[in-house]
Amino acid sequence: MSKRLNLVIALLMVASLVLAACTGGGATEGGNENESGGGAAAPKLIKIATQSPLSGGQSLLGVDIKNGAQLAVEQLSGPLTEMGFTVELAPYDDQATPDVGVANAKAIVADPAILCGVGHLNSGVMIPSSEEYHAAGLAFVSPANTNPVVTTRGYKEVNRIVGRDDVQAPVAEAYAFNELGAKSVYIIHDKTAYGQGVAEFFRKAAEKDGMQVLGFEGTEETANFDAIITPLLAANPDVVFFSGIYNQAGVFFKQARDAGYEGTFMGTDGMDASGLADLAGDALVKGGGMVYTSVAGPASAYPKAAQFAKDFEAKFGAPPQPFAAQGYDAAAVCLKAIENAAKAANGEIPTRAAVADAIRALTLEGITGTISFDSIGDLPKAKYFIIKVNATTGAEWNKNEIVAELEFASPGMGE
Amino acid sequence: MKQLTSNPFYKFVLFPIGQILAFILGAGITLSVLVILLAYIFRGSVTNLDLVERTLVILPKVLIDGITIGFVYATIALGYTMVYGVLEFINFSHSEIFMVGGVVGVELLRYLEAQGALASMNQYVVIALAILLGMFIAGSLAVTVERVAYKPLRNAPRLVPLISAIGMSFFLQDAVRLILGLTTGEFNVILPKFGTFDEFQTFNVPGVAAPVQLQNKTILLIGVTIVMLVGLNYLVNGTKIGKAIRAVAQDRPTASLMGINVNFIISITFLIGGALGGAAGVLFALKVTRLDPFVGFFPGLKAFTAAVLGGIGNLTGALLGGLVLGLLESFGASYLGVFTQGAFGAEYKDIFAFAILIAILIFRPSGLLGQTVGQKA
Repeated sequence: MSKRLNLVIALLMVASLVLAACTGGGATEGGNENESGGGAAAPKLIKIATQSPLSGGQSLLGVDIKNGAQLAVEQLSGPLTEMGFTVELAPYDDQATPDVGVANAKAIVADPAILCGVGHLNSGVMIPSSEEYHAAGLAFVSPANTNPVVTTRGYKEVNRIVGRDDVQAPVAEAYAFNELGAKSVYIIHDKTAYGQGVAEFFRKAAEKDGMQVLGFEGTEETANFDAIITPLLAANPDVVFFSGIYNQAGVFFKQARDAGYEGTFMGTDGMDASGLADLAGDALVKGGGMVYTSVAGPASAYPKAAQFAKDFEAKFGAPPQPFAAQGYDAAAVCLKAIENAAKAANGEIPTRAAVADAIRALTLEGITGTISFDSIGDLPKAKYFIIKVNATTGAEWNKNEIVAELEFASPGMGE
Repeated sequence: MKQLTSNPFYKFVLFPIGQILAFILGAGITLSVLVILLAYIFRGSVTNLDLVERTLVILPKVLIDGITIGFVYATIALGYTMVYGVLEFINFSHSEIFMVGGVVGVELLRYLEAQGALASMNQYVVIALAILLGMFIAGSLAVTVERVAYKPLRNAPRLVPLISAIGMSFFLQDAVRLILGLTTGEFNVILPKFGTFDEFQTFNVPGVAAPVQLQNKTILLIGVTIVMLVGLNYLVNGTKIGKAIRAVAQDRPTASLMGINVNFIISITFLIGGALGGAAGVLFALKVTRLDPFVGFFPGLKAFTAAVLGGIGNLTGALLGGLVLGLLESFGASYLGVFTQGAFGAEYKDIFAFAILIAILIFRPSGLLGQTVGQKA
């Protein structure tokens, strides 16, 4: 009897597991239901893929990149619809993990209806995934990746509409050295391509200025930071520079502040999410406070984004996270380029190569500024922001104040 | 002497506490002496700072960090080791039981906060409620998991329940992720701020220049785990149920012939192990302030290692293994950077700790206490 009952329970559990996998998979692969019918039945179907973390600790940013792109598709696909195309968004969940991103990339390039893509959030995911896009000739526009390698490989298909870490990190360092008067720094990174990349650039800049680098640590820890905090407190640096993503940094900041660190926390654009304040609370404003640099300012920094912020909140029920406007603009670049390429192809569905070329030829008035691309796919001039945190809860995140707004030319192929 | 050892107060309170103290002092002093010696040896090679002074300044904090996390590891490790004792298989879903306990405890606190009751209630009552609820849910979950995923496989080859356990671990992670996603839409489970647990107590230790600071929650964590460890020791060595557990661990068929309900005892074992894991989860949450569905993996892995280090199946061994591993990790993390001038940092703490573990296991393959103590569980 009880054996049978156990069997039933076991089967139920397996069933719910499968169900969970299905719902998860549905979100992951989004437009899959069109895959069978899509290619053949609707020859004029065009899809724009997004790849960003839709689940997990970084989903706050990733979901809003997708939502931004979705809003763009809804608002800006008019010209393409008039030409007889149906435009759809195909969202993919890269889980902020390189393997998942590459697996999705393979699925994306295998779908002939996808002509352009928006993604990713993490440079460490973008770099290997874009090898797939490059091999298939599929253009991608990055709304958030700042690691220089994303574009310095010189791939025709890879573009980004934000600045780069080899500028961002020195900007952060200059602020720490000149404005905060910091004499010493403790650098912590998250061991990803993005985090370690920024950390190395910061260290280089600090050493050049003669700022003392008291520690340089990488960690994947997300819960118990004692092991890092103890030597950090003993070294007592003026500034702690954390290059990573908010969900890890928030916990670290809180524990370090609780343990008695009094100096200033600094970080880069990975810190720019309301979740940071939810995690760290008043640790961000106590003592020396917290300052971060970003390649994406808050919506208020872009005069043209006011309407976007309103529409976004009306549709998704919450104000946009950072990079949502970039997601919108990246999708706008895709749409416009497809439109131009389709016109050149006399109203037929353009080839992927034609779309990639059209992107490089484009000049677009986006909501985050004028967008055009240089020969490697960077903005000729990108904006960088220095933002001081005034928020102690996520809801107050828009109280943060822009201390400085700078514009630098892209370093091109770099050093 | 014979009278003393048969005195229950000595046997069930003084002796285990003495044992814990001896382990802490033994491991702590050995490692401290070692780093101070190393600091003296290498002080010549360092130019711009006094290595000995720097070593001594952070030493108390390093010891406290190591002991704190060591107790967490030990409490989780007991769950692994008890199950191994009675069933001789590794219950890999135990790290998720730990996580569930923590998540449930924090969700209770968040519920109280949403009701506005959190600030007005006594903080010790609140944390006790959270721990008890975490223990209850985690314990019941462990029993359910055993019934569903392990019991039908009890006579299968030993690798089969192992795989079932790994599957259960993934299932629980994603089930919690799904439930959190559906109910709160949040991935991070953030501990609400309440009470005075973040504040410091300052102790002046004679002979140490700088006062030693301890956070209230650290004291609470150590205190509660010691009480639980002493309680467990009494349960296993001083009660009839404990006797039955030991009997099942030694010889299941014979125990069954003696009239012991083996299935019931196995359930009880899972209940106790799960409850300890759940309590550790709540205390861990109090310490680190944020959980997510995957947070159990590393502490679980470390605790499993601690159980193996101490000699799997041996309760005292799990305690010793947890403390030794916690201290090793803490020393490795804090001093690698100091001694190598930043060339190797805290990121290498696991490599360091595990290298030493491997060295220990080469010389004592059955763990630190694996052979000297005959009885299991």
